[in-house]
Amino acid sequence: MALVRSAEDLEKLRQDIASRRNPDRPCISVCVGAGCLAFGAQEVIDAFRAELERQGLQAKVDTRGTGCPGFCERGPVVVIHPEEICYLQVKPDDVPEIVSHIIGDKEVVERLLFEDLDTGQRLTHESDIPFYKHQQRSLLCSNIKLDSKSVDDYLALGGYAALEKALLGMTPEEVLEEVKKSNLRGRGGAGFPAGRKWEGSRNAPDEPKYVIVNADEGDPGAFMDRALLEGNPHSILEGLIIGGYTIGAHEGFVYVRQEYPLAVENVTLAIRQAEEYGLLGSNILGSGFDFVVQVHRGAGAFVCGESTALMTALEGRVGEPRPKYIRSNEKGLWNKPTVLNNVETWANVPLIINRGADRFTQIGTEGSKGTKIFSLVGKINNTGLVEVPMVCP
Amino acid sequence: MDSDRIDQIIEKHHGEASSLIQVLLDLQSENHWLPTKALQQVSERLDVSYSRIMHIATFYKAFSLVPKGRHQVNVCMGTACHVRGAPRVLDRVQDLIGIKAGETDMELKFSLETVNCLGCCALGPVVEIDGKTHGNVSAADTPDVLQGYE
Repeated sequence: MALVRSAEDLEKLRQDIASRRNPDRPCISVCVGAGCLAFGAQEVIDAFRAELERQGLQAKVDTRGTGCPGFCERGPVVVIHPEEICYLQVKPDDVPEIVSHIIGDKEVVERLLFEDLDTGQRLTHESDIPFYKHQQRSLLCSNIKLDSKSVDDYLALGGYAALEKALLGMTPEEVLEEVKKSNLRGRGGAGFPAGRKWEGSRNAPDEPKYVIVNADEGDPGAFMDRALLEGNPHSILEGLIIGGYTIGAHEGFVYVRQEYPLAVENVTLAIRQAEEYGLLGSNILGSGFDFVVQVHRGAGAFVCGESTALMTALEGRVGEPRPKYIRSNEKGLWNKPTVLNNVETWANVPLIINRGADRFTQIGTEGSKGTKIFSLVGKINNTGLVEVPMVCP
Repeated sequence: MDSDRIDQIIEKHHGEASSLIQVLLDLQSENHWLPTKALQQVSERLDVSYSRIMHIATFYKAFSLVPKGRHQVNVCMGTACHVRGAPRVLDRVQDLIGIKAGETDMELKFSLETVNCLGCCALGPVVEIDGKTHGNVSAADTPDVLQGYE
């Protein structure tokens, strides 16, 4: 495969991917995130593939295993494109009926639609369902649109456009200014302004510098980072490469807990795909910027989610925190300047570069901008992930 | 564990001391526990002291220094599972296989652990056996879940 070495190459690659696809062709998307998988999503997608093969329809209907759309309570979640019909709690037995409708009369399978208990109405589209209606999903919305194992799907949706814009059209200082202006704050919980953290590392005299994705999500009941890393790993890589470019780092790490095997698998695969296209490695997009990423699996220690403990674990030692008289963005991994951000923070970076900080700051409160993903769990009706603006009515 | 295989794993991680945890994770997942001989070999090849390896192997939850059963049973004790009745499920599992969490039975059939949140909270209480997730488990249907493992 030819490496992407310029903006033209990237555009050609995008066109090439688009020419092989027909947007009007029906596509069956099944969520294969960890939650739906546990509900039997693999059996469902296998059943769809077998049924399509049985009817000789493989060339007419596509299937796609996607990331988590958030409605875990009603998994496995299936969405039929292009109509975007949303079926919930689908079982392998429902498959022949769904397939026959896709091909034949285009009718919907009423009983698998969401039922609004207040009105008794059946709702056909995801966007009609009350659970989704009040959300504003700038990050999670991509999950259901792409095959979590396909870099081509990500590129077809405009992926790596922010990388192109940053590396070929902006200086590191300009990227830094944009991130600072966006007032993006750390999504891991502490809410430290990402731009200020990046600036500290950029200005620190030591070399080399490092960037890290903290995906050691261990808080009970929290799985938003896993959903992003499993469902849309390239968006995090894209943010990380831009971060590396901004602070002058040429090496990045994804620290992900081994209790998330699917996240480990998908992000490892995404790194390999990005390397094959030359979106990671040397001279990325012909910009002269070199960057590599490694995955490090956490071995089951809750404390390693703390930034300094995580860095000692990355060095191959026991993960114990150290006092932070000197910030890790000046002396972090191997005592070198290190920017560590949470998965969701990195995922926001391509959005900010693509749409500009001004658009990003239109959402949220005075002090905190953008959206935030929350996981809803416990003795409640609708377990799952929701993404809402930082300000909530 | 075969010493050539251990060398292969070390080679895969380029024999760097910083990869120690990654090497041990691979050994653990293939062999299900870390025998002394294997750790000594890792110590020599990576040029890391044996005491440091023991420090790491006892610190991280993923590692075991004793043989493990053929089937790994993990009962999720995360908050969401807890409020949905995980403690009762754990009691029942302990009664049925006759060991406590953290132990392995005499026939090396089951090893039982309690784990932190697995993140499939919509399914709680969750019991994971050999990587397969069983959701909405109640104390009453625990025997069914444990059946069929030899």
